[in-house]
Amino acid sequence: MSWFVPKTEKPAIPPEKAVWAVCPKCKSHFGKAAWKKAGGICPKCNYHGRLPVRARIALVADEGSFSEVFREVSYSDHLEFRDASGSYRDKVEAAIAKSGEKESVVMGICRIDGHPAMLGVMDFAFMGGSLGTGTGERIARACERAVAERLPLVLFCASGGARMQEGILSLMQMAKTSAAIAKLKEAGLPYISVLTDPTTGGVSASFAMLGDINITEPRALIGFAGRRVIENTIHQKLPDDFQSAEYLEKHGFIDKIVERKEMKGFIAKMLGYWGF
Amino acid sequence: MAKSAMDCVKLARDPKRPHLKDFIARICSDFTELHGDRLVNDDRALVGGFATIGGVKCLVLGHNKGATVEENMEANFGMANPDGYRKAMRLAKLAEKFHLPVVTFVDTPGAYPGREAEERGQAEAIAKSLEFFARLRTPVVVVVTGEGGSGGALAIAVGDRVLMLENAVYSVISPEGCAGILWRDGSKAPEAAKALKITARDLKRLKAIDEIVPEPAGGAQTNHAAAAANVKKAVLKALKELAKVPVDQLVEERYSKLRALGNFYA
Repeated sequence: MSWFVPKTEKPAIPPEKAVWAVCPKCKSHFGKAAWKKAGGICPKCNYHGRLPVRARIALVADEGSFSEVFREVSYSDHLEFRDASGSYRDKVEAAIAKSGEKESVVMGICRIDGHPAMLGVMDFAFMGGSLGTGTGERIARACERAVAERLPLVLFCASGGARMQEGILSLMQMAKTSAAIAKLKEAGLPYISVLTDPTTGGVSASFAMLGDINITEPRALIGFAGRRVIENTIHQKLPDDFQSAEYLEKHGFIDKIVERKEMKGFIAKMLGYWGF
Repeated sequence: MAKSAMDCVKLARDPKRPHLKDFIARICSDFTELHGDRLVNDDRALVGGFATIGGVKCLVLGHNKGATVEENMEANFGMANPDGYRKAMRLAKLAEKFHLPVVTFVDTPGAYPGREAEERGQAEAIAKSLEFFARLRTPVVVVVTGEGGSGGALAIAVGDRVLMLENAVYSVISPEGCAGILWRDGSKAPEAAKALKITARDLKRLKAIDEIVPEPAGGAQTNHAAAAANVKKAVLKALKELAKVPVDQLVEERYSKLRALGNFYA
């Protein structure tokens, strides 16, 4: 059948110079300037796009209040993992060079509308936000520091799941982080989990779903298994809004969908209710 | 010739390998199954009940795969829904209440990737289970008997002692899944299996498990009685050691062990 299928034309303009932005959710086209002005939020469907980690921190932490912790904790290549396209070490070092971050989560102590908090932000751009041993270690340390200093924990999640290049110990970070969260809760401290687009796999199946409250942004993808894996398993097409923030709220797994512009105020308000 | 990682994968998945039902029949002098998560369902992929092992009363939980096609279908091939993990927590809570230890048997390709599973919160159920078993105030002994398939396995594999049969495998992702993503070719599963380090020996070295339980020559499928006897001996030894530990100390030591997993940054 391929004889009549036209050859795919490469876009004439490289993406970074394109004048159009396309919403990854509703596929609407916008002028790049309009998309940028909207802060990565689709003017048509209200999809809240992914944010670089430092931009997220700037939106949530009071100006100048963020003091990063555990930056010394980075990845570990204890399996000396190599696949068809090369070594894990090269890939993760490239991610470090590109992002300037040393792991897929950035932790710091800050104030949120005046409320002191331990704030963590995951970076989907860093190895798909995957949960490696360094990621798990930073989160566990953050929980322990929060207990020591009586701080609430606020964690913005964004991840495809466990980092398979770190093998079984990446899976074990699910257990380690969940245990650390449990201790934080036992100490009477609040944990607000914000599941941003996308939060799936081993991260949704561990600390991301363990918030005292779980909140999210409009149209974020949240789930355990991938859509294609499920469709191939059950031989059925899934509804379009499957695993969306709205779908999860409807099924009872999300406390509230919060617009980005209201996120900081909402978190501060909840901490206020709870006396933090 | 030494067994490759993929040889272990094949042995771990061998339909003739002893499954939960076989282990219960050979290890427990009695077993009383209890049903349901008290919410929506009784998941047949994850079963549990009170039992006696070598005179020790305990709660047994495990993935149920089944040996025949009919049993496989009924047990959903050992792939639990959220209901299974919620049932496991409910029963383990009962064990805690009556100061009885918990013994879990892990053998699953993974948590079920289905529509209802997602709608009923597969991610939430696994997450809650991890948090729950991390803090359960009674001894937990885990035996990985076949396939330790990612989060669906880990959800009932957080404990004070993690034992693993010699030819079992335990991995963050199936070799096929990993090969499909990182090699873009599912047929490279043997390479992925090797790279992922999923055998009992690898996991012992990485301190992800505590002890390897030997299998009869050729593998557990050749001699269920011998495999079960080895498991029974190892479980009883672990239960005996853990029974001596005061419960506060037990839970703190469990936390320290979890906390040390993959901490290369001290």
